[in-house]
Amino acid sequence: MIRFQDLHKAFEGKPVLTGFSLEVRDGETMVIIGFSGSGKSVALKHVVGLLHPDAGDVIVDDRAVSTLDRAGLTALRREIGYVFQFAALFDSMSVADNVALGLRRRGLSDDEIDERVREALALVDLTGAGDRFPAELSGGMRKRVGIARAIALQPRYILYDEPTTGLDPVTTAIMDRLMIRTRQHLGVTGIVVTHDMKSAYSVGDRIAMLYEGRVRQVGSVAEIQETEDPVVRQFIEGRPE
Amino acid sequence: MADAGHPSYFTPVIAQIGRRAVAAIQAVGRLGHFLGDMARALPDVGTWGRLLIVQMRRIGVDSLPVALFIAAFTGIVLALQASYTFTGTVPLYIVGAVVGKTLMLELGPVLVGLALAGRVGASNAAELGTMRVTEQVDALETLAYDPQSFLVIPRVLAGTVMFPFIVALGILVGIVTGWLTSLALLGLSTAEFVKGLKFLYQFKDTWYGLLKSASFGFTITVVGCQVGLNTRGGAEGVGQATTRAVVYSAMLILVLDAFWAKVLL
Repeated sequence: MIRFQDLHKAFEGKPVLTGFSLEVRDGETMVIIGFSGSGKSVALKHVVGLLHPDAGDVIVDDRAVSTLDRAGLTALRREIGYVFQFAALFDSMSVADNVALGLRRRGLSDDEIDERVREALALVDLTGAGDRFPAELSGGMRKRVGIARAIALQPRYILYDEPTTGLDPVTTAIMDRLMIRTRQHLGVTGIVVTHDMKSAYSVGDRIAMLYEGRVRQVGSVAEIQETEDPVVRQFIEGRPE
Repeated sequence: MADAGHPSYFTPVIAQIGRRAVAAIQAVGRLGHFLGDMARALPDVGTWGRLLIVQMRRIGVDSLPVALFIAAFTGIVLALQASYTFTGTVPLYIVGAVVGKTLMLELGPVLVGLALAGRVGASNAAELGTMRVTEQVDALETLAYDPQSFLVIPRVLAGTVMFPFIVALGILVGIVTGWLTSLALLGLSTAEFVKGLKFLYQFKDTWYGLLKSASFGFTITVVGCQVGLNTRGGAEGVGQATTRAVVYSAMLILVLDAFWAKVLL
């Protein structure tokens, strides 16, 4: 279980999160929606300790992330896969090496690593692409490698930061299918940060809207679709005002 | 005189000096923190060990052409200038002494250091800066790697170990070109040039130059990595970080040069 607990974060005096609280249950996929710049990615980065909160904390299985020492943080990160908005692949490494990097840290044998890399690339429909380099891939393929890198670790949690941003509708649908397949295949708990409502309805069990630094509404997909909250309605319908 | 409650003419100047002083102290603090993080990551040999050889090749072997080119022409110029200065005043075999001593003590380490501040410092800052702004450094952390072990320590160790080798080869090449210049253009014999080389040589000249080179290698790589990892913004931020790394490295090389001269000579 991941619990955001009254999280506060400001950058250069500008508040971004102002008491963000949300509970993500084991096994579910929680989608966090919100306007651009509303702090969705900032909230996500607190889960793996990439950002330190000004106040409040993120609790992962009874561990308060901000209080963990380096060893504790390393142990936590081994349980979490993180898919970055622009994939964040290592340019100087092949696709296979990108996927294998996290596995090497876990002390697996070369054979085990090769097997896991093959499985992960197959799961994202990139069998045979292991020898290619990130610069040779399309945006969608890069994001799929990012997912492969995360799922190869067989994590308990996967965090997706804007997984479909910048992709065409077909590739977006492929990404959605991948996220659903990953959950079914690995049984992981997921958090998806997005402002793509079609994708949110497709992959989410529950949806939370982040607005002005805190949760405006959280509920099942059906509850969000039928909401009468004017801000949430405006967002999900994509109305300018 | 300014009235009480009204800022004087000098207030903005004093405020500016204050801000600069605070910024300088903060920079020193950040560097200290960075070095502390590096020391903490040193036991993680499993991570940095396998990356060290790659960096030794990139920082060391790949830098050789630039370093040797500079050293070769420095040797030629030193021989010609020594001849110009000493002709008619002291025996000309002193050219060997000037070439050897100057290359070992000063020009070998400093000129090669300054050239590599551009090549290695800029390359490290640009590469790590790009990794920072494209979230590759964050990705490393989420994969449970310490960026210090993975990115910084291999580069700093490679710089510290390889710079003395590069400079030693540079000194050797400079002496050879100085010798060839003396033979071809100054009318000196090999025996005279070697006599000059031996005339003022002390073993300290060798280890002093190499120790200095190691300190330059350490400084250039630490500065490049620290500036690179603190890059903010996009392409512009990477450009600024690269410039900063080269400027800071060059300045620190000259400060260190003066420091070692005072402490060790």
